[in-house]
Amino acid sequence: MDLYELTLHELQEKLYNKQVSSEEIVKSVFARIKEVEDKMQAFITLDEEGALDRARKYDARGNLSSIAGIPYGLKDIICSQGMKTTCASKILDNFVPFYDATVAARLKEAGGVLIGKLNMDEFAMGSSTEQSAFFPTRNPWDLERVPGGSSGGSAAAVAACEIPFALGTDTGGSIRQPASFCGVVGLKPTYGRVSRYGVIAYASSLDQVGVFSREVRDCALVLNIIAGGDPLDSTCVDIEKPDYTAFLKDNIKGLKIAYPREYFQEGIERGIKDAVKQALLKYEELGAIVEEVSLPHSEYALPAYYLVATAEASANLARFDGVRYGLRDFEAENVIQMFSSTRAAGFGDEVKMRIMLGTYALSSGYYDAYYLKALKVRRLIKNDFDKVFNDFDLIVAPTTPTTAFKLGEQTGDPLTLYMNDILTVPINMAGLPGMSIPCGFAEGLPVGMQLIGKPFDEGTLIKAAYAFEQNTDYHTARPDLGVK
Amino acid sequence: MSKEFETVIGLEVHVELKTSSKIFCSCSNEFGAKPNTNVCPICSGFPGMLPVLNEQVVDYAIKSGLALNCEIADYCKFDRKNYFYPDLPKAYQISQYDLPICKTGYLDIEVNNEKKRIGITRAHLEEDAGKLVHQGTISSTTFSLVDLNRSGVPLLEIVSEPDLRSAQEARAYMEKLRSLLLFAGVSDCKMEEGSLRCDANVSVRPYGQEELGTRAEIKNLNSFKAMEKAIEYEVRRQIEAIEDGEEIIQETRTWEEERQITRSMRSKEEAHDYRYFPEPDLPPLRISREWVERILQSMPEMPEKARERLMKAYGLSEYDANLLTLTPDYLAFFDGCTLYYKDGKTISNWMMGELNKLLNQHNMDIAECKITPAALVDMLKLIDEGRISGKMAKDVFEAMFETGADAEQIIKEKGMEQISDEAALGAIIQEVIDKNPGAVEDYHNGKKKATGYLVGQVMQATRGQANPSLVNKILSQKLNQK
Repeated sequence: MDLYELTLHELQEKLYNKQVSSEEIVKSVFARIKEVEDKMQAFITLDEEGALDRARKYDARGNLSSIAGIPYGLKDIICSQGMKTTCASKILDNFVPFYDATVAARLKEAGGVLIGKLNMDEFAMGSSTEQSAFFPTRNPWDLERVPGGSSGGSAAAVAACEIPFALGTDTGGSIRQPASFCGVVGLKPTYGRVSRYGVIAYASSLDQVGVFSREVRDCALVLNIIAGGDPLDSTCVDIEKPDYTAFLKDNIKGLKIAYPREYFQEGIERGIKDAVKQALLKYEELGAIVEEVSLPHSEYALPAYYLVATAEASANLARFDGVRYGLRDFEAENVIQMFSSTRAAGFGDEVKMRIMLGTYALSSGYYDAYYLKALKVRRLIKNDFDKVFNDFDLIVAPTTPTTAFKLGEQTGDPLTLYMNDILTVPINMAGLPGMSIPCGFAEGLPVGMQLIGKPFDEGTLIKAAYAFEQNTDYHTARPDLGVK
Repeated sequence: MSKEFETVIGLEVHVELKTSSKIFCSCSNEFGAKPNTNVCPICSGFPGMLPVLNEQVVDYAIKSGLALNCEIADYCKFDRKNYFYPDLPKAYQISQYDLPICKTGYLDIEVNNEKKRIGITRAHLEEDAGKLVHQGTISSTTFSLVDLNRSGVPLLEIVSEPDLRSAQEARAYMEKLRSLLLFAGVSDCKMEEGSLRCDANVSVRPYGQEELGTRAEIKNLNSFKAMEKAIEYEVRRQIEAIEDGEEIIQETRTWEEERQITRSMRSKEEAHDYRYFPEPDLPPLRISREWVERILQSMPEMPEKARERLMKAYGLSEYDANLLTLTPDYLAFFDGCTLYYKDGKTISNWMMGELNKLLNQHNMDIAECKITPAALVDMLKLIDEGRISGKMAKDVFEAMFETGADAEQIIKEKGMEQISDEAALGAIIQEVIDKNPGAVEDYHNGKKKATGYLVGQVMQATRGQANPSLVNKILSQKLNQK
């Protein structure tokens, strides 16, 4: 087995026992990237020289922590000091931050080796990574298909063994959906669990940074590093953070699992429903109590989400005006023209559409009917979940209504594309932790199961995910990329 | 001005809070630094940056609210006000829309000996924008530079009720507001540096009409004087327009200092739609009773209290006490003097008289004055000891004001000390008596006026430095010996 095929915790063990060096791991990873990246197109930026430097430095210094010496990638929405951060947009094509996002700083501090920045839908707006201003990323299980999005590069790179783990962001499903499409583990922590400082904002009240890995243990190891209060983010909650590896036990006897009937209705592919129902049977077999519940306001989550998210985005993306950084139209005759021609040239169609939607929703006379109403719906959705969590420890549902679709298949009608988020968006609206883990295949494509927890109870997600993983072998399946 | 129309004014005042750092980042809040030196990724709106509220800003807002008799909200929040401008780095300003930190307060003004209470609708926190530096004028410039030092400076916007009825009242309101904020210690309140800014909403209506007239908002009022002039002009303009049968339109106007007129900037239709919505990066702000209590305990003495104290403790008139409590620097000077000298009335007289005169002549602030309270007291003691006369003291005081030297030093240098040595004075007086037998004879013949002449001669001989009461005493002794 090559080093690049190993998981984070396997690499960690070898490093710890001095069986390999960080440099060897990084070299192996880059060899793999050279082999498959032409097909995958997961990375926007790769920094082999820098990565090898960092690896040698950690080899000289010895282990610092769980991820010391381990290569990883960041979604290109997370600012990395000295490394271009584009948000997959032409408007930030030349932007090199002189600061690290808190999550990037924490991984750096822990000794991780950043090797590059991962492709995504422009400004995290999309569900297929086709909205990247640069190029689409492919699904390693079928190169004709999308890896999902918006964190498609992160999911695909981890699935294709280009890196053992990556960070992504999730505003309406952008970690869980691509994790599901690519057959990897994807965790979106509770809103407020992980700092958003230095993460380019799409929808501030929904965005959350999370982890992609091939196994649950790796996810817990990385969460241990990135979670926790941050004085630079007022929405990041400074409460006791458990050791997430302590939840890696496969005894889930008596765990109370709910599955919402609204998440298994028509529109969800048969193969997905079957795989998730099989998984629920597995849970019962493992001693969990499984019952059906209702989340009656689920159907309103998607429209409400597209009001809240676009409204916030319309303000968040206003700073890209050509004045201080990024693209600028130097031909413009005055400042107003410069604003509009810079933005016209810098943003892609999907981004423009969402900015316009959000601007409209916030306009004088429409605020109450749209934005304010959406906030009320958000409260109802949260109440639905709270009610279920009075009696249950965990909610289980499919992550997506379909498996990975073909490139170009859903670019025509945005509403069809938005339906991809229907099972993930309510979780963001309620601010809850959600996780997608592989639970089977439908017609050769991975199916993801979504675990939804109480606020700040990522531990229970990890515990349930780990128990399932230990008693199944879906996580060991690897896509065949036609090499070796 | 027409008698048939009543003027209605409401003021929106922006005050820069002089906290040590900016409202949402740790950049210095110092005025006058080199362009773009007090900046960081947060206040220059870089990607991924988040605001974190500076608690000192909240302390200062509470202080201001208490000084203005406001209710302090136990729950308030921040909102985004969206508009594009090159000096606004995020293209939105973090402000407070529907839940301000302070509401329903008041302050009392006095115009033409009439006291009046002016309502304060609300006071809310927001961040300032940066500023543009044009090459030449804004319309002819080929490029403009952006200075973001001011971006993120904490502002408190204080909105009055439309309770003001004249430009004079508006000015009195501004002066009182400035005084209160200076006493609370929350701002420098310097209009020329922009730490105190004012927009005026002006309308007129026929007397007796309940409903308010259509208002114009006047911007660019950079001094108390400009504000008064602009309001007076605007009131005239509106009345004339109405009398000419025109309709007043709701609009924003700007004061043109050179032409002394207000000019239309934009109409209501052209007004921005700011698309306010709650700032998702900042949790709502909860202010506990304990927090307000803590600030209340730390409040310095406010002018009303100080005025009462001065009247009671030193028997000062209300007029004097008012003037001494106009600014905290004045009061501090007075209080500094009373530490060493109990006669408050005399201190007040010197401050209101000579000191004020010199400050005005030099266009100076009391804080810049070279005379310390201790130095003034030392001088007053020299008068009491008879070493200088009250008349000499004025010259000494002026020299102190100019050089900063103390009185002792000045009288020594200038040889101004009063002659109070009885033997020395006796000899001089004897000489004068001997030289003026005629006047002495007149005196003895009952012409008491002759004394004045003799005193004058003594003063001439001593170049005015003889202690006058001693001269009188010795002279009458000597004359009556004969």
